[in-house]
Amino acid sequence: MILVWLIVILMVGGMLAWISGKINRTLPRWVALASVGAVFGITLYLWLTNPIPVLGSAWLIQFAQPWIPQWGISFSLALDGLSLLMLLLTFFIGLLAVLISWREIQTKVAFFHFNLLWVLAGITGVFLTMDLFLFYFFWEVMLIPMYFLIGIWGHENRRYAAYKFFIFTQASGLLMLLAILGLYFIHGSQTGLYTFSYFELLNTTLAPEAARLLMFGFLAAFLVKLPVVPFHSWLPDAHSEAPTAGSVILAGLLLKTGAYGLLRFVLPLFPTATVEFAPWAMLLGVIGIIYGAILAFSQTDLKRLVAYTSVSHMGFVILGVFAFNEWALQGVVMQMITHGLSTGALFIIAGFLYERLHTRDIRQMGGFWSTAPKMGVIGLIFVMASLGLPGLGNFIAEFLTLVGSWQANNWLTVFATIGLVMATIYSLRIMQKIFFQEYKLEQPLPDMNAREMLIAIPMVAMILWLGLYPQPVLDTARPSIQEQLQAYTKSVVEQEPIARVDDNETVTIPEKATMLEKSKKAKPSSDLQIPKSSN
Amino acid sequence: MTLTDFQHLMPLLILTVAVLVAMLVIAVGRNHKIMYVITAVSFLAAFASLFELRDGGRYTIEPLLVVDGFGVFYIGMILLTALLISMLSYAYFEQREERKEEYYILLLLATIGACVLVISKHFASLFLGLEILSVSLYALIAYLRKRERSDEAGIKYLILAAFSSAFLLFGMALVYASTGTMEFAGIAAAITNFTELPLLLLTGFGMMIVGIGFKLSVVPFHMWAPDVYEGAPAPVTAFIATVSKGGVLGVLIRFFMEVDGFRYPTLVLILTIVAIASMLAGNLLALLQRNVKRILAYSSIAHLGYLLVAFLAGNQMGVEAVTFYLVAYFITTVGAFGVVAMLSDKERDAEQLEDYRALLWRRPWTAAVFTAMLLSLAGIPLTAGFVGKFYILAAGVNTQLWLLVVMLALNSVVGLFYYIRIVAVMFQQPEAEAEADPRGKLRPSIYVASVGTLTLLALLLVYIGVYPSGLLQVIQGLIATAAP
Repeated sequence: MILVWLIVILMVGGMLAWISGKINRTLPRWVALASVGAVFGITLYLWLTNPIPVLGSAWLIQFAQPWIPQWGISFSLALDGLSLLMLLLTFFIGLLAVLISWREIQTKVAFFHFNLLWVLAGITGVFLTMDLFLFYFFWEVMLIPMYFLIGIWGHENRRYAAYKFFIFTQASGLLMLLAILGLYFIHGSQTGLYTFSYFELLNTTLAPEAARLLMFGFLAAFLVKLPVVPFHSWLPDAHSEAPTAGSVILAGLLLKTGAYGLLRFVLPLFPTATVEFAPWAMLLGVIGIIYGAILAFSQTDLKRLVAYTSVSHMGFVILGVFAFNEWALQGVVMQMITHGLSTGALFIIAGFLYERLHTRDIRQMGGFWSTAPKMGVIGLIFVMASLGLPGLGNFIAEFLTLVGSWQANNWLTVFATIGLVMATIYSLRIMQKIFFQEYKLEQPLPDMNAREMLIAIPMVAMILWLGLYPQPVLDTARPSIQEQLQAYTKSVVEQEPIARVDDNETVTIPEKATMLEKSKKAKPSSDLQIPKSSN
Repeated sequence: MTLTDFQHLMPLLILTVAVLVAMLVIAVGRNHKIMYVITAVSFLAAFASLFELRDGGRYTIEPLLVVDGFGVFYIGMILLTALLISMLSYAYFEQREERKEEYYILLLLATIGACVLVISKHFASLFLGLEILSVSLYALIAYLRKRERSDEAGIKYLILAAFSSAFLLFGMALVYASTGTMEFAGIAAAITNFTELPLLLLTGFGMMIVGIGFKLSVVPFHMWAPDVYEGAPAPVTAFIATVSKGGVLGVLIRFFMEVDGFRYPTLVLILTIVAIASMLAGNLLALLQRNVKRILAYSSIAHLGYLLVAFLAGNQMGVEAVTFYLVAYFITTVGAFGVVAMLSDKERDAEQLEDYRALLWRRPWTAAVFTAMLLSLAGIPLTAGFVGKFYILAAGVNTQLWLLVVMLALNSVVGLFYYIRIVAVMFQQPEAEAEADPRGKLRPSIYVASVGTLTLLALLLVYIGVYPSGLLQVIQGLIATAAP
């Protein structure tokens, strides 16, 4: 029941925020802050009180209530480590989104916060639901408010960007709906039980041809959302035209729903079809890493630049997902969280700069370190995070992903590593263009004020914590990752061993073992799992 | 006729009596409000009388009519829609100069026609119902006779509808010539042995499809729709888009299920082509429009295409899907045209996209209702349209009509584009802050009536979108009893 409350609080909070706008202009902000704070508190409480379950039952809390029994649809929510982490990220970023809009959004405040909270509610639903109909439902619910966020409060070219975002995601979502329906009827005709329940549908046996088609239906939605390179063109527009809160939510959360969908649905539902598709998916991932990095380097619009870094970083996600081993998936989960934080932070800094300069063009910036050192330091930290400096969260994520994907495909991993070098180049360019070089403005740039520091410091703390002591996160994610991989540990052995992850034999290559020891984060154990604690 | 016959025909009788009473009342003295009350009460009474028939099973009144669960549900749907439309009409006509009273007589008559259609089981009653409906519509469309375009639309509809009726009649005659009967059941019995339709019969069915297709405004018989939608008064447009099409679709379903037309690949092929063409043409042409009524006209062409997809599924689930989608479509269309009617002023209807600019900041509630209606047409969750579209897709996937289903999905995206465009226009910033709303002059009581109707529709829309089980139960319960 507590899971339902998470969604209900956000939805009701959204309504209240809209209504309270009639009374007072700042009241909606407080209502929004209070409701996101409440759900964040609840989730944190859940994390701290619930023991990490042992293998076999990854689920912490489950809730199910028939909704449309005629079609076998139930209002079914469930929480495991993966969704718990995603929810924490969602509400943390949600809080930041409310805070950064405090000064930036001055028109139609009430309606803005309504949309903000409803986007969060939709995302929460996506991360929690275990019914495919309900999943599609929430998948769509988060679109409309996001469309309004971009379309009403965005920058100059907002309407075009909002259209594009909406149509891309809607079109791909419909393909997923068709795949869901296909799965529903195949399962129904096999077992006589017509249901959209995730747990039931997991047991469907599919002919290879059908599995392939259905998988592409799901992939369409998730790859567009992620986005993977040929389908990424909505992202730079949407990110750069959205208001800061919108960009932060897009980069921090909406992209993660795609990755989450891959982990939660595509991997367990279509174990054989994904293995066939894996080399291509990994190739797309590598192309995304390199292509995103090159385009990021050549941008002059700061928000667009950060948007392309997202494309590059999301390449690691797809690379890791299709490596089908625990290390890579741990890396993916870490990447989802750390990318949400670091890219969110970069968008927030872009927002701060825009508030002061009314431009996003980095050619007009420069030398801000001298007048705004606090902003410089914060910027430096997140730029370093984004290039994968050890000690910050993104390093762990990318490192784990690469270790995992090396086992699956050596050559593609080599190319992916090139992406890290390129990340260094574009990240340093951000630093250099904005904070170094000579100062171009007439009057001094005001440094960050107390409210802005209040936003930035928790993010710094989080990214440092994730970089220095990621073990709690890895522990939380582990049972559910093993659950997602169950089908592979069985089927992969019989299949063409694209991803050789065997249960008992150690295939650890010595070179990697030493790498791991160097990182001091985890030592390889015999079954290729990251131990709970290394000492 | 026996007493039970009367009981089963009660809704129709009530409406007929109401028409007579209304005519007498006009002879005594003209009063808009009294006319409106008579109409609304008769719709309500007719609807209430349906509760008697709720679980009566199949009852035939030989040789013309059959009252069963299917018919009762469709009559109920038609009556409620007509009631809502009359509520919207009151506000719309109150601010106009023309004589308003006869409008209600025509509305009642057209509703009777539609009701007869959905319970007919014989070509004679089919044609009778269709003509009662059409003839009333000729007058309704041209009702605002001082408007040039209204006249034009009326004449256009008159000519084309008469033409299509001729096709229908000819088709019926050919079917009669080859089967020797005009009853649906008789035709079914006569052709039950054919695996392939003989040419004469096929021609007959083809011509009937032309006649029916015209009423449904599916491609290639859709040419009249945009002009008539644009020219007719907004409430009448709502009526054409909902009651008239719903009635015709009802009889089409009954006929096809009875005859089992899905056995014949030629007929299915024709309808498949019609469905795909309607979806494509409706959506693509809607993209080019700047006039809201025309956009809605093309969108209704596309929606009829969607409905045909479920219809072509040709089984129980398909019929349920069509019915469910019709309910959602009725609510949405009446709501959308209700907004148009409400924003219209004395001279013209609010039909240009410009009329909707920044509506959200001028009249937030109206704009919110309109947004909900458009999103429902686009099939976005939390609205009835989403569940309806889902149902149709499910029916299509179930019978593996992959081509149609994929076309539907693609078309939904195209459709989304123009619905969202209207929404975007409403959400734009106002150009000048001081722009006062020129259309606030309605008397408050009337204003409240139409806002109340729209609110009701919006609530219904969301209710069905969030909790479709209730409606599903009703549909499945009533239609299961009707399975021929």
